[in-house]
Amino acid sequence: MKPAADTGPATGDAVLSARNIVMSYGGVHALKGVNFDIHRGKVTTLFGENGAGKSTLMKILSGVVTPTSGDIVLDGNLVSFSSSSDARDRGISIIHQELSLAPNLSVRDNIFMGRELRTRTGLDFAEEQRQARALMADLEEDIDPMTLVEDLRLGQQQIVEIARALSVDSRILIMDEPTSALSATEVEVLFKVIRDLTSRGVSIVYISHHLEEALQITDYAVVLRDGAITATAEARDIDLEWIVRNMVGENFDLGSPPTGHEFGEVALSIEDVSVVDTSGSGYSVVDHLSLDVRAGEIVCIYGLMGAGRTELLEAVAGRVPMAGGRALLEGEDVSGLSIAQRISRGLVLVPEDRQRDGLVQTMTVGRNLSLASIEEFARGLFLSRSRERELVEDSIRKVTVKTAGGNAMIGSLSGGNQQKVVIGKMLTTNPKVILLDEPSRGIDVGAKAEVFRLLSERAAQGLAVVFSTSEVNECLSIAHRIVVMRRGRISAEFGANATKEQIMAASGEAVVA
Amino acid sequence: MTDVSQARKQSSPSAGGEGFDLAKLLLEGRAFFALIVIIVVFSILSPYYLSVANFLTMASHVAIFGILAIGMLLVILNGGIDLSVGSTLGLAGVVAGFLMQGVTLTWLGVVLYPPVWVVAVLACMLGAVVGLINGVLIARFKVPAFVATLGVMYMARGLALLMTSGLTYNNLGGKPELGNTGFDALGFNRLFGVPTGVVVLVVIALIGSIVLNRTAFGRWLYASGGNERAAELSGVPVKTVQISVYVLSGICAAIAGLILSSQLTSAGPTAGTTYELTAIAAVVIGGAALTGGRGNIRGTLLGAFVIGFLSDGLVIIGISSYWQTVFTGAVIVLAVLLNAVQYRRRSKLPSATGGQPTSQKRGKAEPANPAQGKTAR
Repeated sequence: MKPAADTGPATGDAVLSARNIVMSYGGVHALKGVNFDIHRGKVTTLFGENGAGKSTLMKILSGVVTPTSGDIVLDGNLVSFSSSSDARDRGISIIHQELSLAPNLSVRDNIFMGRELRTRTGLDFAEEQRQARALMADLEEDIDPMTLVEDLRLGQQQIVEIARALSVDSRILIMDEPTSALSATEVEVLFKVIRDLTSRGVSIVYISHHLEEALQITDYAVVLRDGAITATAEARDIDLEWIVRNMVGENFDLGSPPTGHEFGEVALSIEDVSVVDTSGSGYSVVDHLSLDVRAGEIVCIYGLMGAGRTELLEAVAGRVPMAGGRALLEGEDVSGLSIAQRISRGLVLVPEDRQRDGLVQTMTVGRNLSLASIEEFARGLFLSRSRERELVEDSIRKVTVKTAGGNAMIGSLSGGNQQKVVIGKMLTTNPKVILLDEPSRGIDVGAKAEVFRLLSERAAQGLAVVFSTSEVNECLSIAHRIVVMRRGRISAEFGANATKEQIMAASGEAVVA
Repeated sequence: MTDVSQARKQSSPSAGGEGFDLAKLLLEGRAFFALIVIIVVFSILSPYYLSVANFLTMASHVAIFGILAIGMLLVILNGGIDLSVGSTLGLAGVVAGFLMQGVTLTWLGVVLYPPVWVVAVLACMLGAVVGLINGVLIARFKVPAFVATLGVMYMARGLALLMTSGLTYNNLGGKPELGNTGFDALGFNRLFGVPTGVVVLVVIALIGSIVLNRTAFGRWLYASGGNERAAELSGVPVKTVQISVYVLSGICAAIAGLILSSQLTSAGPTAGTTYELTAIAAVVIGGAALTGGRGNIRGTLLGAFVIGFLSDGLVIIGISSYWQTVFTGAVIVLAVLLNAVQYRRRSKLPSATGGQPTSQKRGKAEPANPAQGKTAR
């Protein structure tokens, strides 16, 4: 693929530019001659699927890694960054997707971590505290600087991370998926902060999988595909479809509910289930909730973060205890059973965080795939290697994992393929009900569509599918029924023909204008 | 370690699966090369080192550490640590010694002299109980493994001292008329010229290998050590696995205790002091990761032989025991250092699906990656 020679809008406007950046890891070219401009005082959004090279490009621009070849031009001068702190000294900061806060320290200490203000005898805590308070006021967050970060909600922690980047007077701020943990209100605040920053001349690079959201805030859109820039445009000239088309190179949608099969009996029956918050506050995160799912039916649970989706699914799967109520699998009460017993009866969960809960990083693709169905290839006391290989190969084929084979390490796969392994592992157990908690989190649009296609195929064969999501578009794809959760209860139920506005209103989410 | 990177370059054009297996072999190869170097160096320095007799003697020393290390490997694969094995070894030896003296049942007025096999079984059961205490503390009561086994380490040692008032059982021979002879068969005697301790080590290693590679339990162990949460959600009985590894480690320690007291023909309450650390060192030298999920029996055995052959070699060439300690420590540090390098390399390797033989650059590109790991916050 030829990199686009066209560098887009006037280069005079560019504060930081990448010129013909090539980045190779061994034989793999992560970036193939990329030209990228960050526009002064504007928001430039970088769109692209996972593995397109977005993060690599950002790491180069923030001095975390050195490119194999190519130039970086800052204010018209050729520069090379020796480290990320070198880049930071020149006014370039990056907020990584994964938070890098010390949970055991206060907000103040986190903001000034590594560049503590000193007096002659020690640290100037008073001044640090004053500045931290001012930053929080700027960000319209009512957080006391002395609060421990571990006591904050995830969204608030993200705000602290942003405050830290702001505290070093960055001229260029790179935000990698800053909104993935934020509630709608917090996103609003963040966007206000971004607009405020740009009006002060700060240049922003924004990366997000929430395309609609990003389109609202951005001034320029740049699309990266397979390590090359495929399109650049000003935001006012483009729409969502333009982004998606350039990202994946083809028109596609996330599918529609599978038809042509009858729903069977009720496969999963959730009766009056309550779950109490694990932090010991006694607060019910799931509040007397009931839901029936029939064989062959796909139900989508929509809700904001904190609505209780994860807790509900984990309670049904046996991961967290129920405070009340019960779950029936084909009429049999499974509430008292262990996770293993529920799996063998046909009730499985694909967890939300695949790195933490889904994959064993020290094992191969094949062993991850076969982990939940060991009894399938156990012969007496021993495991049958040939039977396992068949199982793994079959599974790789069915869920279309792109891998060198079952012996490849799991870490060598892209995010989307890792997610397919987690789903494949559970499908290999031949479940009757599959629960998926945010199955599309952190995977690209193409992989998302494949995951949904896979689920609708299995539903047509009689599998009951329940998946949760925080993206409205995904509700309106393959689900036969959409259940909206709000504060631990079901606030509304819709058929497949619901509108986005209806769903978002029921979730308590303000429709962002 | 230029050899390793050289060989890796050659391997990378091949299919991903094979490349990985070769990397695994090279990882173990490191301990193997170290062992060869140790044997060659000491053979040059001492005319006595390179002989069958000496090798068998050294091997019988290694047997103790090797058996402890295999038990320790199971625990470390699970992501835990067992500091109590040295004390358990001592306690098992003392209990065996005590039983060999005869058990006086005062209310019946008789003295029981259990046969040696009963003594051995009872000692192993004792080891299992100690391991069970560790396992339950850790799995059920969520006591950190380090602290739980540290406490049990002190308790077991204290019990051993209490039972003997600090003295040693020197008479383990038994009497033919009492039918309790044969304790020396556990480690002192030889089977076809090979010390029984070594035979036991080989048997335990074989069983361990089969369990780890060919049974569901082995798979569960690797999975729960690699990621306990993911394993649990996949239906792995993580608690049972966790308790089991400590029980198995306790049994291994008891077996080592029996062999040691048989080799020494005496059972003392301080036997095995600091052996837990030697066992951990053997596991680490063998390439296992203390974070769990990575390691195997072959590597651990090599690790045990490296430590054993090194320290015996230093004794043979007459180096002071203080220097021996320094050398052993240096080997451990080096091993951990290389493990860290090796695991970082492996996790940073790009997907093998590229498949093109353009891997010449890989060696050059890699030095940049460690820096990435450090600076990316």
